[in-house]
Amino acid sequence: MTLLAIENLSKRFSSGGRAVAAVGDVSLTLEPGETLGLVGASGSGKSTLARILMRLLPADAGSIRFEGEDWLSLSGTDLRRHRARMQMVFQDVLGAFNPRATVASVLDDPLRIHDIVPKAGRAQEIAALLDRVGLPASYAGRSIREVSGGQRQRIAIARAIATKPSLIVLDEAVSALDVSIRGRILELLVELQEERGISYLFVSHDLAVLRAVSHRIAVMEAGRLVETGPMRQVIENPQSPAAKALVNAVPRLVTQPTEGPFHDV
Amino acid sequence: MRLLRDLLRTPEGAIGLGILAALALVALFAPVLSPGDPLRIAGRALLPPFTDPAFPLGTDRLGRDVLAGILHGTRTSLAVGLAAALAAIAIGLCVGLTAGFAGGLIDEGLMRVVDAFQIVPSFLLALAFVSVIGASVPVVVLAIALGAWADPARLTRAQVLSIRERDYVASARVIGMHPAEIAFREILPNALPPVLALSAIIVAAAILTEAALSFLGLGDPNVVTWGSMIAEGRNILRSSPSLSIFPGIALVITVIGVYLFSEGLTKAFAGRRLEP
Repeated sequence: MTLLAIENLSKRFSSGGRAVAAVGDVSLTLEPGETLGLVGASGSGKSTLARILMRLLPADAGSIRFEGEDWLSLSGTDLRRHRARMQMVFQDVLGAFNPRATVASVLDDPLRIHDIVPKAGRAQEIAALLDRVGLPASYAGRSIREVSGGQRQRIAIARAIATKPSLIVLDEAVSALDVSIRGRILELLVELQEERGISYLFVSHDLAVLRAVSHRIAVMEAGRLVETGPMRQVIENPQSPAAKALVNAVPRLVTQPTEGPFHDV
Repeated sequence: MRLLRDLLRTPEGAIGLGILAALALVALFAPVLSPGDPLRIAGRALLPPFTDPAFPLGTDRLGRDVLAGILHGTRTSLAVGLAAALAAIAIGLCVGLTAGFAGGLIDEGLMRVVDAFQIVPSFLLALAFVSVIGASVPVVVLAIALGAWADPARLTRAQVLSIRERDYVASARVIGMHPAEIAFREILPNALPPVLALSAIIVAAAILTEAALSFLGLGDPNVVTWGSMIAEGRNILRSSPSLSIFPGIALVITVIGVYLFSEGLTKAFAGRRLEP
């Protein structure tokens, strides 16, 4: 059964009296346990699409079916309860946490709100979540400002899996991270997917990242979906100009053996 | 506690806090330091300062002890200043929060009221208010607060508008937090620090306004205030300038103390934000 089906979704922003289509007539689907990479240049509307999906922004037109429910018609208590099934990891590793929070309070919030575990078992569950994302349980008492960017993103992932969701939207989730940490976070995400069957909608401008984790890739340009296909096909044989430009933008290492010593001019 | 440590680390904060603590002690122990009614006639009139050990700062035209007046005046100045600032901040916070959260027509309406209060000079407003209703400490407090709540309201609203768009508020919504909890746990605590830093400036302004009202004879006549002492001394400024100078110095020290404290507080908050 299809987990998520977005149909003809549109969103316009008006700036200075001029309406700009941030998302125009986008349709896509996501299967359980699948990772869909959503790629596009900045301003192509991919983050807007992610925020509409998370119900952080209202859509102008279109429909979203998620786990068989009409996702856009949910509201109030109903919506808050269903949010447990769809979580999000943000790009800004500092901005995504209340500066006054501690690691424990960050993870306690979703457990408490959705009543995942009774109060007595929460400390244990928090320790288990930290352990799952590769952090020592002693981190629970720390202020969120006292942990590094990569560790913060691990905590964000722990917060996202706390409510046992079936879909996690990753909005440029590794773009702000050091390249050395990036790979390990991606490994963690893949592990969690294999273990729990979570689907990912992975939003990124970086095809190199998406190649590592995606099953399928969707390419956006100026608010429209211009190409969708299996990961290998899109990367090795891009059809649309936008996809070609993104593939060409991936840096390659030019490894030519140097012959003989260099001479200073 | 950490804030206090950060505050004491800045020289402004340490000096300001020292001055304010000393003033608070004086205000608290004024009846012990100089027992009896400070408005009673205690000795010979117009005794110059530093001549009689019983009256170190001399006496005024009616023979009232100047030192006793200044010590007891600390109570009025601090009490009126703090109460007025507290009232102004409380009104400002409520209005700013409501406007920032509600948005739309409520926001527009509230902000036009704020505009109206900002346009009228606050001292004129206090003057008119006290002259119509009559001079007593609660009325003076209210009059000063009425002229001072617009700034904190504006600042609170701006803070709320900026913080609501942050990612951590979005992530609180994503995990399904109730809007009321988001408002009071995620937004309000983070919107407060700049408003609190502003409050010290409001205290200083309130103390000055109270002194000015007393100087014009619109203070509570039953309590001694620095402003009324300066006004008393004005008539004989040339022969006994000390009668106006001493309460003036007390006023200056208090206001400087409050400003230094606020400066230190602002720096302490800024320092915290810079920490990784």
